Amino acid sequence: MNARQEILARIRRAVAGAPEVEIPRGYRTHVTLEDPVGRFAERVGDYRAVVHVVPAAEVPGRLAELVAGRRMAAPEGLPWLEAVRGAAAELILDGPGLSVAELDRVDGVVTGCAVAVAETGTIVLDERQGRRALTLVPDYHLCVVQAAQIVASVPEALARLTPTSPLTWVSGPSATSDIELDRVEGVHGPRTLEVVISA
Amino acid sequence: MSATFLGMPGNLSKNTDFPKNAAKAVQNSQLRFNLRKATHTIRGKRAAVVSELPDWQDLRAAGRAIKDHTLRHLDRYLLQLEEAVTARGGHVHWARDAAEANRIVTDLVKATGEREVVKVKSMATQEIGLNEHLAAHGITAYETDLAELIVQLGHDFPSHILVPAIHRNRAEIREIFLREMPGAPEGLTDEPRALAEAARLHLRERFLKAKVAVSGANFMIAETGTMVVLESEGNGRMCLSLPETLISVVGIEKLLPAWHDLEVFLQLLPRSSTGERMNPYTSMWTGSVEGQDFHLVLLDNGRTRVLADEVGRQALRCIRCSACLNVCPVYERAGGHAYGSVYPGPIGAILTPQLRGMGSELDASLPYASSLCGACYEVCPVAIDIPQVLVDLRAKAPHGLAERAGMRAAWWLFAREGRLAAAQRLAARLRRLIPRRLPGPLGAWTDTRDVPDIPRQSFRDWWKESGS
Repeated sequence: MNARQEILARIRRAVAGAPEVEIPRGYRTHVTLEDPVGRFAERVGDYRAVVHVVPAAEVPGRLAELVAGRRMAAPEGLPWLEAVRGAAAELILDGPGLSVAELDRVDGVVTGCAVAVAETGTIVLDERQGRRALTLVPDYHLCVVQAAQIVASVPEALARLTPTSPLTWVSGPSATSDIELDRVEGVHGPRTLEVVISA
Repeated sequence: MSATFLGMPGNLSKNTDFPKNAAKAVQNSQLRFNLRKATHTIRGKRAAVVSELPDWQDLRAAGRAIKDHTLRHLDRYLLQLEEAVTARGGHVHWARDAAEANRIVTDLVKATGEREVVKVKSMATQEIGLNEHLAAHGITAYETDLAELIVQLGHDFPSHILVPAIHRNRAEIREIFLREMPGAPEGLTDEPRALAEAARLHLRERFLKAKVAVSGANFMIAETGTMVVLESEGNGRMCLSLPETLISVVGIEKLLPAWHDLEVFLQLLPRSSTGERMNPYTSMWTGSVEGQDFHLVLLDNGRTRVLADEVGRQALRCIRCSACLNVCPVYERAGGHAYGSVYPGPIGAILTPQLRGMGSELDASLPYASSLCGACYEVCPVAIDIPQVLVDLRAKAPHGLAERAGMRAAWWLFAREGRLAAAQRLAARLRRLIPRRLPGPLGAWTDTRDVPDIPRQSFRDWWKESGS
């Protein structure tokens, strides 16, 4: 018997006669929040991310201010990319030719998101935000969240996501509490996370 | 039971039992101070974020049932997972035990031609002693989690599931970095921020150049073939997304049936573990993504034996959050090393003896490493009744000759009423001759207890005499 057959046979022997289990799903799968944008902003802020809430029309202007003079990277296809290109010192677009070493030389990355979770202050990135290295190697991550992308709870976020796309759930900047449980922001991932909420 | 290898802190021997290890550990006042501070801090944070969710007990009930259901049909779900991972370009390997898993991983690394791998913190690879096995084959494994790095540089052993260097304070960590970390900044202070920065610089080049990474996983989704890793620092993302080859070693019990089951566990795990609403980073990938070569090694290593035990199998629900360690009065004083396994604390006390068997003095003593206070059961996000399993294991543990003889004598005595009455009368007559400390092997009983005072007259004789 090969390992696969043997492990499966061991499992079948072990659970023979074990009872069936009903799964009670009494937990909340939908949460109604009075102000999802406000709750999301507050919760992202709790992780010591920098948060801006601005009207949709002012998003390009705010982005231009934030990236001014910085060398930035971005995935293709973002709606306000021209504003970033105009203000940044340099703008590199994600693509197969872009190496990790090149990414290591930019100051920051600007992306959108797939969905955001108000209760936990989480942003979820999918493949439309570029390869995973794009939002990992640069030290500064600027993320634009549309109000319509914000859901209240984790179950609602999962329902909107496609598992075949690689996903990265981001809740604040990289952090560690490994030394005496003192929280330190900024280890290997971006040390600064800045979120612009388009309300 | 055959022996299952489980990473064993080398400064401990299987021939010294938990009470002896613990007695040594409690003499270390620095360790006790570090542990108390850490466990109390994290306990408070957990309680605060758990109380935010009005449906916590519903999530807990669902988490428990999803795990039990998955274990009941583990064969079916593993096959479904294998099919989904393979369909998306991943490779699935099966390992009966530690030796087989180590061999598979070593061969995969050798096939790439690389001599170095970067590692994401993983309990499964610690359990099988992968780093040591790779080293024996000329491959260097670099731990990248800050706490694991501290442990590795300090030639030390993890003492906590979530914060493996919980037994070290900042001054000790600074010492280790200055001594062992090539290129550590000369003026390094013991500020956590400065120490984290030193680790960032130390690992940065390694991440950007790494060709092979080894990880574990917190969850695997049978329906979609998706792997899920939760972390904080970004070292996980570095290892999971930059190298050309990724090898994940995962215990077969880490499975969940469906994508939407994550809605329960992504709420239970971070709040129970680090006491955060959500951990900074969670990575999810399905099969081979972004051109990466992906290998999944499914690990049994004793798990199917645990699964066969009707009472003990609930230990396989464990999602390694470590909430039980942080509330345990025994762990708080003895620390993680005393448990002699990569799985310390209450969950370790039920998992280690089941995985490894109770053949050694240490493993046979682990079911007793508890006051049965039940705090661990209360905080467990998947409702593992740890005290119940502990008591069950105590019954199964080997017992000493004197204890067995004593129990047999008691059985003989209690089997007939007349024997008991006669023994009571005899004891009453000899009461002045009975010593405070019993002789020979019976002394084990009186080392920690007084022999009860024997009354002049037994209750049954008094009852008869007073002529009811």
